[in-house]
Amino acid sequence: MENTTLISIEGLRKDFPTSGGRFTALNGIDLKIGKAEFTGIVGPSGSGKTTLLNIIGSLDSPSEGRVMVLGQSISDLNVKQAALLRRSKLGFIFQSYNLLPVYTVFENVEFPLLLLKLDDSHRRKMVMDTLDWLGLTDKAKSKPAQLSGGECQRVAVARAMVKRPEIVLADEPTANLDAANSHNILKTMVRLNNEFQTTFIFATHDDKVISYLKRKISLIDGKVLKDEITNN
Amino acid sequence: MIRFLLKGILRDKQRSLLPVIVVTIGVMLTVVLYCWLTGILNDSVELSARFSAGHVKIITAEYEKNINQMPNDLALTGVDTLMLKLKNEFPEIKWGQRIHFGGLIDVAGSNGETRAQGPAIGFGIDLFSGDPSEKERFNLAKSLHRGRMPIQPKEILMSEEFSRKLNINPGDTVTLIGSTMYGSMAMFNYTLCGTVIFGAGPMDQGSVVIDLEDVRKALDMNNAASEIVGYLPDNYYNEEKVDKLVIKFNKLFPKSEDKFAPIILTLRQQNDFGKMIDQIKQIGGFMVLIFVFSMSLVLWNAGLLGGLRRYTEFGTRLALGENYSHIYRTIIYESLLIGIIGSISGTFFGLLISLYMQNHGLDLGSIMKNATIMMPAVFHARINTLSFFIGFIPGLISTVVGTALSGIGIYKRKTAQLFKELEA
Repeated sequence: MENTTLISIEGLRKDFPTSGGRFTALNGIDLKIGKAEFTGIVGPSGSGKTTLLNIIGSLDSPSEGRVMVLGQSISDLNVKQAALLRRSKLGFIFQSYNLLPVYTVFENVEFPLLLLKLDDSHRRKMVMDTLDWLGLTDKAKSKPAQLSGGECQRVAVARAMVKRPEIVLADEPTANLDAANSHNILKTMVRLNNEFQTTFIFATHDDKVISYLKRKISLIDGKVLKDEITNN
Repeated sequence: MIRFLLKGILRDKQRSLLPVIVVTIGVMLTVVLYCWLTGILNDSVELSARFSAGHVKIITAEYEKNINQMPNDLALTGVDTLMLKLKNEFPEIKWGQRIHFGGLIDVAGSNGETRAQGPAIGFGIDLFSGDPSEKERFNLAKSLHRGRMPIQPKEILMSEEFSRKLNINPGDTVTLIGSTMYGSMAMFNYTLCGTVIFGAGPMDQGSVVIDLEDVRKALDMNNAASEIVGYLPDNYYNEEKVDKLVIKFNKLFPKSEDKFAPIILTLRQQNDFGKMIDQIKQIGGFMVLIFVFSMSLVLWNAGLLGGLRRYTEFGTRLALGENYSHIYRTIIYESLLIGIIGSISGTFFGLLISLYMQNHGLDLGSIMKNATIMMPAVFHARINTLSFFIGFIPGLISTVVGTALSGIGIYKRKTAQLFKELEA
């Protein structure tokens, strides 16, 4: 585990209202995640891993407890501040890629930089560098519909990485990929983690992903069952 | 960013072309229906204006009190001077003198005794002066059914139905029995030169059209007329213009004690036309309102569905760091753009169709031949100032409101919920 703590979670509880009362998705989570970690939140469906990832990503807020991400308390952020945090410091990778279908690969990757209001030439260079890095230069003008699943997920990784975020949150990133593509994507992520010192946090129950993790946090019924450093 | 979003709209046909087509069709239908109803109202009013009321009518104050009896003993006198003054003061208005009279048409048999007889309503209008205005207002040439138009004095036209009732044909002689302006009996022989079908029930039941000067001779109405009718230059009744005209007329001819002094009546002030105009306007307005509301619901729904379809995109954009309010603003701008383009194109096509219908009309004469009220046989559309804007109510406002409502869902759902929907 690295020294610099990027994420600090204390006594996190998350409840969702249900027709019969409320459902507790996370209950008493305490965690610290440092810079350049390659960490996975692992557990079966319904264990609360996606909820935890959403709260870290400021897409949701805690019911109780304190979650600090890059020095900012998630509970205290208003919607604009949360959007600013996501825009400038966090990258997301989704299970179903969620590329904008009418835009080209270049434009999809460019989108986060547009939100940062970077100038045209700067944007272009950053996008091309990232596409080059992920071996997608020849696909720059293609639309998502013209790409394979593996290529789409590489574009999603490029979109998450193009602004050089401090933290990348990946929710089941290999769920829609075959084994070969899954390994390719994971190797790419490991490379990015090593090269840019970007922190990667996965929510997964896929063994292929787990085999690449350097730290594995196991969740069961909203509680941390085990938090272990792996041999990877 | 704007360029980026514009690219998205242009490339995604479901976000651009489809909504623009839907809005265009909705707006076009709204504009056409509005112009159509306005045209029907205008045609109904104009028919009455052409045959009887004029856009304005000048009569004597006493004549007005008994106008239904057509009291020619109370008619305008010194009409030549009055016409000269009117033409000088209101050069833009088309003026025409008329004599309305009631009488008996008598048809003699071969032995000289009455073979057939019937009450008639007579119209004395200018047929021979060279000015075709009155002939055109009565649409005589097109309404001619048998025979020919009068070409010399002592020739008359009769409604076809009336001529059948009397069993007479063009070329036959008829006698008009009436009363002169001074109350004595008048009898005058005419030759029936042609029959006409006016396409308006009351006119077709029993009317005759005679040259004004012929009627003057018969009814001893030298330099007199029952009324002087005035028409606005574009031949469409416009209350604002008419009101201005009335104000000016009343300054020129102030109220006096003279029972035979000319007074002016607008079309609205005659024969309950005011009520009729208001009722037709209300019914027309109500129909347009229902249609505009229906189209608004359709386009509102289109805007709503368009917004809902894009929740996945909104979820992604939120995750990438875009603000709720920024996304909301962009979809409103998009719907504004779609609404404006659709409304402009819909209005354009709607006006194009309406213009055609304004010029050519739709002939419903065959299904209205038994009508007993004065209704035109050909219905025209009518384009007015509101025609250019009416389509923007459903086209622009509803599209934007529909989108705005669907967009509220972005706020109501927590970001993470959007993600659950998006991952599903």
